[in-house]
Amino acid sequence: MIEQAPALIVVIPLISALFITIIGLYQPRFSWALTIVTFALSSIFAFICLQHVVTVGPISYVFGNWPAPFGIEYAIDHLNALIVLMISVVAFLVAIYSKHDIAKELGDKIPHFYSLFTLLVTGLLGITLTGDAFNLYVLLEISALTSYALLALSGGRAYIATFNYLIMGTIGACFYLLGVGYLLINTGSLNMADISVILSNNTYSYAVLAAFLFIMIGMWTKMALFPLHSWLPNAYTYAPTSTSCLLAPLMTKVSVYVMLRMMTSVFNYDYIFNVLQWQSVIVTLAVIAILAGSVLALRQDNLKRMLTYLIVAEIGYMVGGAWLGNANGFTGASYHIIADGFMTLCLFLAIGCIIYKVGDASLSSMKGIFTKMPVTMVGFLVGAFSMIGIPPTCGFFSKWYLISGAYEAAAWPFLVALLISSLVNAVLFFRIIEVGYFQALPSEEPNHHHPNIKRDEAPLSMLIPLLTTAGLLIGIGLYTADIVTYLIQPFIKNFL
Amino acid sequence: MEFIINYYNYIIVVIIMMLGLWGMLALSNLVKKLISMAIFQTGIILFYISMGAKKGASIPIIKQAYDEHHHPIHQTINNMDYANPLTQILMLTAIVVGVATLGLGLALTQRVYSEHKSLHEDEILETLS
Repeated sequence: MIEQAPALIVVIPLISALFITIIGLYQPRFSWALTIVTFALSSIFAFICLQHVVTVGPISYVFGNWPAPFGIEYAIDHLNALIVLMISVVAFLVAIYSKHDIAKELGDKIPHFYSLFTLLVTGLLGITLTGDAFNLYVLLEISALTSYALLALSGGRAYIATFNYLIMGTIGACFYLLGVGYLLINTGSLNMADISVILSNNTYSYAVLAAFLFIMIGMWTKMALFPLHSWLPNAYTYAPTSTSCLLAPLMTKVSVYVMLRMMTSVFNYDYIFNVLQWQSVIVTLAVIAILAGSVLALRQDNLKRMLTYLIVAEIGYMVGGAWLGNANGFTGASYHIIADGFMTLCLFLAIGCIIYKVGDASLSSMKGIFTKMPVTMVGFLVGAFSMIGIPPTCGFFSKWYLISGAYEAAAWPFLVALLISSLVNAVLFFRIIEVGYFQALPSEEPNHHHPNIKRDEAPLSMLIPLLTTAGLLIGIGLYTADIVTYLIQPFIKNFL
Repeated sequence: MEFIINYYNYIIVVIIMMLGLWGMLALSNLVKKLISMAIFQTGIILFYISMGAKKGASIPIIKQAYDEHHHPIHQTINNMDYANPLTQILMLTAIVVGVATLGLGLALTQRVYSEHKSLHEDEILETLS
């Protein structure tokens, strides 16, 4: 059973996605329970794999006993073991959270929602685990197709927003596929480790450069790096709450992971930084992404929309960190995938609770929210502190690594952009605290804090995932040293 | 001229792909966007197929010869006689993905039309504001 763990992480959700629809026809609430069980199992197997990677070393799992360059291989090493665990835990938490929200927002579509939800996470888990470049494309499209359906579920303006995402997402995936085609012409192989060996024995031709460019541009479109970000805010804002809670922390982060994987395990890190020497251009792009994301976030009145622009800024953090070309920058980027996944989740869950109770997420409807929903706001504050970068939350430590990486590489604009972005985040979140804590509810007299605002919290099934995530943010922050020593540093040793 | 003769398949593929990409980004009718998307994907499929094609090669199925006692005869296989099966298999998957994307896109377009009563991007933007 344990040897099969890498496959089971993906196969269990894939199979149960079928049964969720069938069981949902009979009794819709069973599909919720089955989704939770599925992701609990996935998380357990992901944890087993993580433990194995830390104690023994990287795992290679070949499907159907076809040896690696010919068959499809699942390769778990120090980089993706933790990301797989993050994805399955996030899916588990959102599955619990979604029960009341989906019943309210989607009504009779519950089994379809959970079936698509499970398939989406299957795709994301597969992308992170697979060691095969074409397999990655197929899983990328599985997660993309299901995410289009999930985003469009709420109807209305979501349709056209999702349509734009479909066009951009397909361009991104097609560019990736083209890049893989160039790699196949050059190496005749699709296995990432095999491609890497063949490439390092040959001189890097223009065709390899074209492959690298296509894959990078494809991934930047998928992760919404600044000039290519236009699809993200609308698609995530008009989606059902549970969908955006699931997609916002995972979709873009998985694309960042693919970028890191391509840069380190397929193409030669030395080639990218010493032969191409594009790092200053890409870091400048990242700086523009951070600043543009922060400025656009400041202009938003709707909190959910504000958060989507913060995602655009956070993508800049990770792309910039990865392209600094030193150990601290890379540590920051890969640690930030985990940290940003959980802090985006935390904030979206809190906003979801507010939307569930208040009805919308505009800044003006936040008046008196601290008295009305104190527990939700505790979760929100932890997420906000992590976004700003206040210790001991994990957001502080990823920023610390990124800033020291920027200092080492003498990338001053990036360093300044990180600091400005932290300041903007502080302004954004303290504005909410100001409105929510010091301004009374609209029906009451201004400037007078009434004690009789009724407490009206979201149901327990929404609060528990929120508080768990808030706890995880602090927990990951406290265990930063362990994560970096046992997981990130052994990986960086391979190429730096 | 020799370059064109040697690489004409790739040149055609690039033209098809760029037509599709231009259509996806520049055209404002949603259905035309989707058709351009299908053209772009077809270009990629042709790219993969033509990289695996060989002159005078047959389909990659090996015909097993038998002797009079129905035992298989060992035969040497010249890989220049068969087209590369890998790219064809990959594109089978890519075609499936393309059909799924096109179907989903058309379903979305239908919903967009019933919501905004238009398929023209500019007119939809007007109804939004």
